[in-house]
Amino acid sequence: MGNSSSMLTQYDIEEVQEHCYHAFSQQEILSLYNRFCQLDKNSGGFVSADEFMSVPEFAVNPLAQRLLRMLDGLNFKEFVAFLSAFSPRTTHHQKIEFIFKVYDSDCNGKVTFDDILCILRDLSGSFMSEQQRQKVLTHVFQEAGYKLDSSLVFSDFMKIFGNSELKMEVEVPID
Amino acid sequence: MAGMESTSAEMDLDRPNLEEYLPSDSIHGSGSPKNLHLRDLLDISPTLTEAAGAIVDDSFTRCFKSNSPEPWNWNIYLFPLWCTGVVVRYGILFPLRLLTLLFGWIIFWAGFIPAHILLKGQEKLRRKIERKLVEMMCSFFVASWTGVVKYHGPRPSMRPHQVFVANHTSMIDFIILEQMTAFAVIMQKHPGWVGFIQKTILESVGCIWFNRTESKDREVVARKLREHVQGVDNNPLLIFPEGTCVNNQYTVMFKKGSFELGCAVCPIAIKYNKIFVDAFWNSKKQSFTNHLLRLMTSWAVVCDVWYLEPQYLQPGETAIEFAERVRDMIATRAGLKKVPWDGYLKYFRPSPKLTEKKQQIFAEDVLRRLEK
Repeated sequence: MGNSSSMLTQYDIEEVQEHCYHAFSQQEILSLYNRFCQLDKNSGGFVSADEFMSVPEFAVNPLAQRLLRMLDGLNFKEFVAFLSAFSPRTTHHQKIEFIFKVYDSDCNGKVTFDDILCILRDLSGSFMSEQQRQKVLTHVFQEAGYKLDSSLVFSDFMKIFGNSELKMEVEVPID
Repeated sequence: MAGMESTSAEMDLDRPNLEEYLPSDSIHGSGSPKNLHLRDLLDISPTLTEAAGAIVDDSFTRCFKSNSPEPWNWNIYLFPLWCTGVVVRYGILFPLRLLTLLFGWIIFWAGFIPAHILLKGQEKLRRKIERKLVEMMCSFFVASWTGVVKYHGPRPSMRPHQVFVANHTSMIDFIILEQMTAFAVIMQKHPGWVGFIQKTILESVGCIWFNRTESKDREVVARKLREHVQGVDNNPLLIFPEGTCVNNQYTVMFKKGSFELGCAVCPIAIKYNKIFVDAFWNSKKQSFTNHLLRLMTSWAVVCDVWYLEPQYLQPGETAIEFAERVRDMIATRAGLKKVPWDGYLKYFRPSPKLTEKKQQIFAEDVLRRLEK
């Protein structure tokens, strides 16, 4: 896959499609490629953190830094795989898997009280004291029947989220 | 990138209700707050979706996308036609245009240098001559791209206490407007031959310099603007409140500086016809020289200029609201879409206050629900 040319072959598209488990149509993959090239201003073959942050709508997101850790250095195939969690074609299971990965920063398959506290910190900033955050988290943890020192694994996440609807979709513009 | 941290604090001052434009961030939509459960706290999908949405497409980047022309259908008939076109444009039109431009420069300098030196004592006469020469030079420039400009509306008159504001697509906006009326202008200092022209010629029509990267610059510029507007002999001031070139399909937010001078604001809308050439100057991608060369090797630059009715600050209206109102007028007239972003975001990061706003909404929601 050329990193400086804007030409994707049919073979490339199919390879990317396989990699994201057909979450996107071929047309959507082409659109995403145009977008990827647009973001990758220095044509390095990947979009750097700086290039992502030059999108103001992304830069103002409270979880931007968190996501940058997952996005930095991804090539196009991995970029599409990252975004596949937001396709209407992915399952509930896959979407929760993505959310789990955002929490599980050290990628050990376990999400602890502190991991969740970290994300809560990003989301609430200086508008909640550390004390308040601990209090909130303790409350909901205990209410759900988990001990404060327990680590949640993926099946716990599946149980917690249950079958409730998860609105996690973006539309890929096809121009 | 330099200047990332220092000036971001000043960006907030120019920002109206951004929340109206950005997608809402409430974690569980509107409605009476329900009890807080672990699931609610873990569900970060709205925030993630916003981030993913921004990655896939965002309104800011769209403002600076050059529109590459659609390639003709390449078949045995159209290809030779296109080739002939290329030959005519590069081989015949371009040399003719270059000659026209050179001819214009010669006449210009032949008039400007003597006037500048010999009439040092008679300011009024010198200025009048220099102004006419600049207008003439701009006409030569416009001719060198075979510019077809249609002006609508009453021509600007020379009187104090007014500023002109226009949407910005390229530095040629200035040339197109200048050929009709000698405006004074406020510009970012450029390097190279453009900078040379700025220093020598534009001084004669009146010019105010600014430097994006200097944070103290803002107050100095505001003061200079006010002084200029009050001067009786000064040429009417032309300002591009977007602060940067946008691709003539969108407008970014207008900086409020031009709207708090206590004088009339006369909007000008400029729309280029894309069929002939994409007049957007993407200063990050090409130098002004390349941009001019591209214009000189196209068929024509066709555009419409509308001089709109002068506007005044209404009682009870803030400068920002005034700016948005005028932007609305210009966007409607020229058929442009509005986006709520500050053009300087091309060079700087958004203010952390925007992120803080989202955090505040989230925190208040959680705390409110915890109380139940």
